[in-house]
Amino acid sequence: METSLQAPVIPSPAVKDTVSIRKRIRRSFRQIRMESVFKQTLAIAGLLLVILVLGILLTLITQSIPSIRLLGLKFIWGSTWNPVKDVYGAFPFLLGTLLTSFLALVICIPFSVAIAIFLGEYYPTGWFADVLKNAVELIAAVPSVIYGFWGLAVLVPMVRALEARFGVDQPLGVGIFSASLILSVMIIPYAASLGRQMIRMVPEHLKEAAYGLGATRWEVIRHVVLPGTKSGLFAGILLSLGRALGETMAVTMVIGNSSILPKNLFAPGNTMASVIANEFTEADKTVYLSALIELGLALFLVTVIINIIGKKIIDRFTNE
Amino acid sequence: MRTDNIQYRIGKSKGFKILTFVLAFACMIPLAAILFFIIKAGITRINFHFLVNIPRPVGEKGGGIANALLGSVIIIALASFIAIPIGILAGVYLSENKKGRLAYWCRLSVDILQGIPSIVIGIIAYFWLVKPLGGFSAFSGSVALAIMMLPVIVRSTEETLKMLPPSLKEAAFALGMPFHRVIFKVIIPVGISGILSGVMLSIARITGETAPLLFTAFGNPYLSADVTAPMQSLPLLIFNYATSPYNDWHDLAWGASLILLIWVLFLNVFTKLISARWKVQL
Amino acid sequence: MVSLGMLSLLSCSGKSHHLIGAGSSFDNPLFSKMFYSYFQSKGMKVNYQSIGSGGGISQLINRTIDFGASDVPMNREQDSLSPARVLHVPVTVSAVVLSYNLPELRDTLRLSPRVLAGLFLGRITQWNDTAIAALNPGVTLPDLPVVIAHRSDGSGTTNIFTSYLSLISADWASGVGRGSSVNWPAGLGGKGNEGVAGLIRQTHGAIGYIELAFAMQNKMAFGKIRNKTGRFITPTIASISAAANIPMPADGKASLADTDAPDGYPISSFSWVLLYKEQDYRHHPREKAVGLLYLLDWMIHEGQHYSSDLYYAPLSPNAVNAGEAILRSATYDGQPILTHHN
Repeated sequence: METSLQAPVIPSPAVKDTVSIRKRIRRSFRQIRMESVFKQTLAIAGLLLVILVLGILLTLITQSIPSIRLLGLKFIWGSTWNPVKDVYGAFPFLLGTLLTSFLALVICIPFSVAIAIFLGEYYPTGWFADVLKNAVELIAAVPSVIYGFWGLAVLVPMVRALEARFGVDQPLGVGIFSASLILSVMIIPYAASLGRQMIRMVPEHLKEAAYGLGATRWEVIRHVVLPGTKSGLFAGILLSLGRALGETMAVTMVIGNSSILPKNLFAPGNTMASVIANEFTEADKTVYLSALIELGLALFLVTVIINIIGKKIIDRFTNE
Repeated sequence: MRTDNIQYRIGKSKGFKILTFVLAFACMIPLAAILFFIIKAGITRINFHFLVNIPRPVGEKGGGIANALLGSVIIIALASFIAIPIGILAGVYLSENKKGRLAYWCRLSVDILQGIPSIVIGIIAYFWLVKPLGGFSAFSGSVALAIMMLPVIVRSTEETLKMLPPSLKEAAFALGMPFHRVIFKVIIPVGISGILSGVMLSIARITGETAPLLFTAFGNPYLSADVTAPMQSLPLLIFNYATSPYNDWHDLAWGASLILLIWVLFLNVFTKLISARWKVQL
Repeated sequence: MVSLGMLSLLSCSGKSHHLIGAGSSFDNPLFSKMFYSYFQSKGMKVNYQSIGSGGGISQLINRTIDFGASDVPMNREQDSLSPARVLHVPVTVSAVVLSYNLPELRDTLRLSPRVLAGLFLGRITQWNDTAIAALNPGVTLPDLPVVIAHRSDGSGTTNIFTSYLSLISADWASGVGRGSSVNWPAGLGGKGNEGVAGLIRQTHGAIGYIELAFAMQNKMAFGKIRNKTGRFITPTIASISAAANIPMPADGKASLADTDAPDGYPISSFSWVLLYKEQDYRHHPREKAVGLLYLLDWMIHEGQHYSSDLYYAPLSPNAVNAGEAILRSATYDGQPILTHHN
C-alpha cells in the first residue's frame, strides 16, 4: 500500500487564517518527506544485514588464503586432519556436521510442532501456558557448556547402556547419536516459539467457520491452522537448523572427537564448529590458523547452500 | 452419514490432542533433568556474598561472581541496544517488502547469520575490532553478541508482522497517518508480543554464549564498568571454572549457572509485563 | 555516547595499574592465586585469561596483551612473525601423568617410554601384552583391550606429551610428530583435561594423559614412568621440581622431556611467561614495563610459595637464576628496567 506523493489536503474554506493553512501544508510536506526518509531507513537496515554477511564472508576468505593456496580442493575431499604435517582434510567434519544437524532437526520437529500447537491452540493463555512458555525459553538460555556437562554426566551413560543393549561393538556412549540428542533438545525453542506465535495469529473467524462446518479439533488444526502458518513454521525450523549447524560447546563434549570417518550413527565423529573451537586458540602456525578459518568458511558456505535449498522448498510449499 | 465415521474423527482428534500433550511434556523432561542437575550442584553456594564479591583464587573462601554479573549486564545491555533497533527495522522492512531483490538477499543473509558458529563470529569481531584497536574490550564483545541476536529478532519481527491483517494498515493509512506513524503506533504495538518474544529468545541465547567473548571481551577478574576494557561475563566465568580441576571452583560454576537461569526467567517475566502494558488487543 | 566517553576517560587514569596477560590454561589456577596476593600486597591489578598457549603467543605478537604464558616455547614461525625479540621466563614446572582405569590392580602400574609409545601408536592393544607384563613382574594384568584417551582440543599438555614421545620413539617422531594438536593413530578424544579424565573414569581399561592437578584432585590412579637413568619415577611435586634441576640455557628455553636429572619425572615441562625484550612499544608506557618486570621478578621468587598447595612444582634454583638473568636483560628504550638485586 503506497501513498504516492500528491498534493496536500486543501483545508476547507471555513478556515480563514492563512498562516495556519501554510503551517498545515508545511506539516504535510514534512510528513511526506519523513515517510520517504523512514522508508529509506528501513531499506538501510535491510542493506546493513546484507553488508554484514558479505563482510563476514570477505574476512573469512582473506584469512583463509594461505590455506587455500596450499591445499586447494583437497581440503574438502581429504579425510586426514594432521596439523603437524600440514595436511588438512575436512570431509569427516563436514559429514559429522551434516549428520548431527539433520538428525537433531528430525528428532526435534515433532516436539517443537507439538509445543507450538499446544501453546498456540489448546492453551494460548493461562498460568499453565506461561509456565510452559517460560520453560521453553529457558531451554534456549541454558549455556551450551552446561548442556555439554549434563550430556557427559547423564546422557552419555544412558546412550552407552543403550548401545550395549543393541550390541554395538564399542559401546562408548559418546558419538554422533549423543550429539544429535543434545542438539535436538537445544534447538527446540526456536521452531517452537516462532511456530507458537504463528499459530496464535491465525484469525479466529477462519477456525470458527471450520467448526461451523462440523470439523473436529484435529481437522481444524490440520486443514486451517497449519497451512496458514506454514511459512512461519518453516522459518522457525530453518532457524533451528541454523542453530544446530553452528553449535559448538555442547557437541564437542559428547561427540567423541575422532577425526576418522564415522562408520555408523553410534560411532564417534566430529563437527566443523567443534574442531574450530577446539583448536583455534592453540594453532601455532599461520597455515594451521588459516585452515581453521577456512573450516569456518566451509561451514558458512554449507549454511548458505542449505538455506537456499530450504527457501526453495518453502516457496514450493507455500505456493501450492 | 454413519455415526462411526464421526466417532472415528472425534477419536482421531482426541488422540492427536493426547499426542501433542505427551510430546510437549516430553520436552520438559530434559529441561527438568538439567535444572535438577544445576540446582542440586549450585544451590549450596548461593548467598548474598556470592552475588557481591569478586572471585577469589582456589582454596580461599568467599569468592563470588559480582564482576561477572555486572559484566554480563553491561555487555548484554549494550548488545541489545545495538541489535534491537536494527533488527526490528530490518524485520519491518522485510515484512513490508515480500518480493524484491534486496528483500530476498536480506532474508538469505539473516538465515545464514543464524548458522554461523558463535566462535566464528567471535573471530570476526576480533579481526574487525580488537586487532585494529589493539586491545580487548567489552564493546567488541557486545558487537559480536549483537550480530548473533540479529537473525532471531529480524525473523520473529518479520513473521509476526506478516501475519497481521492488512485491513489494520489500510485503516491507518485511510485515516491519513504517515507511514512511520502507522508502523510505530499501529503495526508494532499489535505485534508487540511476537516481537518481544523474538527479542527475549535472542537475549536468552546470548546470555549463555562463551565463544564469541573469548577474543573480544576477554574476561576480567576485577569489577569493571569500562566498556573499552576487558570485562568478565557469566558464561566465561562458568566455562573457566567448570573446566578447572578444583571442586570448589566447580561449585562456583554451578552456582553461577543457577543465577544465569534465574536471571533469564526474571527477564521473561519482565518482558511479559511490558508487553501486557503496551499491547493493543485486536 | 557522552557517558561512555566519560567512563573511558575516568578509567584511563587507572590503566597504568593494570596489566593484561593471556595464555596457558595450565597456569591459570596458580596465576589466579599469585595475582590475587600480588594485588593485595602491591595494589597492581593483573588480568590473566586462559585462552591457551597458542592464543597467548599470538596475542603477544599482536600486542594486545602485556605478557603471554605458554607451556611451549615459541616456534620458528612464531619468532619470525613476532615484531621484536621475545624473552622466555620460566615460572613453574608442569607434568603430564598417565592415568588409567584398572581398578583390579593393587599396585601402581609401571610403564617405560617404549611401552608408552607402543600404546599410543596403537601397537599394544591388550593390557596383558608381554611388554607391559615385563615391566610389572608379579602383577596379573587383565585380558582387556586398551582404550586410549587423548585430547581433542589443541593444548600445551598434548604438546608436552607428544614432544616426549617424539624424543623417545623414532616411529612416533616420523609417524605422528609433536604439536598441540596431532593426528592420533588410536583412541578417543576428550575436550580438555576434564574430558580426558571423564573418558578414563568411564571406560574400563582406558589410559590417557592429563595434568597432575587433575589426577590428584579427582583421585585417579597414575603410573610410574621409567626415566633416562632407569628409575621408575612417580610424578610428585618433588620429582617434577627435580626434573627441572638441570643446567639452564641462557634463553631459558630448556626442554625437560626425558630429563637427565636422576630423580626427575621424565614427562615434565617448564611453563614460561613471554614478554618483549624491548619494552618500549605502542600503548606500553614506562610505568607498565616497570610494573611488569617487578611482577615477574616477584613471581619467580616469593610467588613460588603458592605452588605446592595447588599441585604445581616450584622452580629449581637453577631455573630461578636463569630467570633472574633473563629479566635483567629486559630494557626500556635501551636501558635495563630492573635495577635492584633480589
